[in-house]
Amino acid sequence: MTAPVLAPPPPARATLPRTFAAMMAREARVMRKNFLSTFVRVLVQPVMFVFVFAYVLPKLGGGAMAGGPGGPTFSTILVPGLVGSSIIMQAMMAVIFPLMMELNWQKSITDRALAPVPIPLLAVQKILAAALQGLIGGLLVFPAVLFIHADGQAPEVHVANWPVLIVVMLAGSLLAAAGGLLLGTLLNPQKVQVLFAIVLLPMTMLGCVYYPWSALEDIRWLQIVSLFNPLVYISEGLRAALTPDIPHMPAWAFLLAVLGGTVLLTWAATRTFTKRVLT
Amino acid sequence: MTAPPGAAVRTAGLQKTYPASGPRPAVPAVQGIDLDVPRGEFFGLLGPNGAGKSTTIGMLTTLVVPTGGTAHVCGLDVVRDAVEIKRRIGVVSQNNTLDSDLTVAENLEFRGRFFGLGAREARKRADELLELFGLGDTRGGNPFEISGGQAKRVMICRALVHGPEVLFLDEPTAGLDPQTRTNLWEVLRELQASGQTILLTTHYMEEAEALCDRVAVVDHGKILASGTVDQLKGTAGADTVITVAYDAPPPDRIHALADRTGISKVEINGGQVRVFATEPDGLLGELVALGAAEGVGVTDASQLRPSLETVFLTLTGRDYRE
Repeated sequence: MTAPVLAPPPPARATLPRTFAAMMAREARVMRKNFLSTFVRVLVQPVMFVFVFAYVLPKLGGGAMAGGPGGPTFSTILVPGLVGSSIIMQAMMAVIFPLMMELNWQKSITDRALAPVPIPLLAVQKILAAALQGLIGGLLVFPAVLFIHADGQAPEVHVANWPVLIVVMLAGSLLAAAGGLLLGTLLNPQKVQVLFAIVLLPMTMLGCVYYPWSALEDIRWLQIVSLFNPLVYISEGLRAALTPDIPHMPAWAFLLAVLGGTVLLTWAATRTFTKRVLT
Repeated sequence: MTAPPGAAVRTAGLQKTYPASGPRPAVPAVQGIDLDVPRGEFFGLLGPNGAGKSTTIGMLTTLVVPTGGTAHVCGLDVVRDAVEIKRRIGVVSQNNTLDSDLTVAENLEFRGRFFGLGAREARKRADELLELFGLGDTRGGNPFEISGGQAKRVMICRALVHGPEVLFLDEPTAGLDPQTRTNLWEVLRELQASGQTILLTTHYMEEAEALCDRVAVVDHGKILASGTVDQLKGTAGADTVITVAYDAPPPDRIHALADRTGISKVEINGGQVRVFATEPDGLLGELVALGAAEGVGVTDASQLRPSLETVFLTLTGRDYRE
């Protein structure tokens, strides 16, 4: 072996912002590499859903699921809901899967924690990176749900309120990513399968994705229980922004829940993450 | 490399007790360790698995929070100045912790960028290091599809990207084949020759002997002895250790051996006799003969020349691998 005569490195200017930017650059590189496999996975579920409910069933004559003639098409109901559930699913998976690898396999978390930033900032970086993936996941669902439908089943969607749309999509992504980090750091890694079965699946099925929250009036208990599901506020917020004619929650309610939830979960996840990493 | 003055690593009464968790009682992993490693030194923490070496490295690299005592790296406090310490150290962990989402070269590139290098500088630095360490062929590969020895060298490269003041290695050659191990030793020697301060942990005696300027022998979270390998052998383990296992209670006449010049100590434990001797010639044969004279057979016998292993035996009274 040749003798390693090591030249000193170029002068490094490691400041917190530079290090943070480099960590995000690493996420961007990985995301670019895995783009197809990651986002195909996210898209399959909503695409199949709109395909069956906005195309196949109406063609079969079973399309009167939501509203009769003159009422909103089912696809109109679905657009905000499916965008919201994609954001949640993608952001949570984007934080939980790598975290499980890092905590379990080779304990590589100890290596990531050697990056010259305080550990809580590492948690924030994980939340931001996953939120970005959630946001991309949500944006990619738009074309799918807008264009896949049978004749006469087109969704009636227009952006009625840009600020609300942007705030709900951004904060919703952060909320989901922070929630994912919290669950990932609290849960025993062997329980991840359980997490998907008993947390994520009910959360998306009952997240007011397939019906507006106000339609639950007839099932009062479910309407109240649903208030504990963060996805409900994202779906309803997107409804307010995209399909204002469909009944939806008042803005103060979903904004308070989404923004307040983001702050709360980020704070909690940062703490649990730091406890998990620093022993 | 211009070494700023002051110790690279200094600890005083450093302790770590992991709190009790469920049925498991609290674990006092490190119980008051004092270290003083000057810059430029190759220092080894030697001890069996579970001795507290990794916990100590964890505290020095800021990821394990001490429960007592103090630790300074490059003059900085491990708790208060954790981020600044992380900027100045390189760490090679026991496991392959390379980033499996990135290629080998990207692993180095991004590590450089984390530590403040620009993207182009970091790529150039990565290529230089890979060439220097004979890893040019692996640069585009996945870090989990290269050999264990290569992966370890990549991890060393990664730890060196930003020119750390202190390089920490936790069991660097555990699980590697002998040939790869000697190659890696060569790399580490060259690094130290270039002025790199290195602190490694190992449970291989021969690794500590081959590499380290100074060694601290650690067991049960405490330092039993420290110094150069020669000093350790001179003070604690100048003896050859002869161990004989008899198939019956050992012959009485063995007790008398302790008084003979050239024999420092005789330990009898059931049927096993251990003789610590500075003049071991013929002693093993004599022990067998003593037994035979009283009709006691020998089931096992061994003779260890003075080494870190005999140092350990002398200090702890038990086999290193027990």
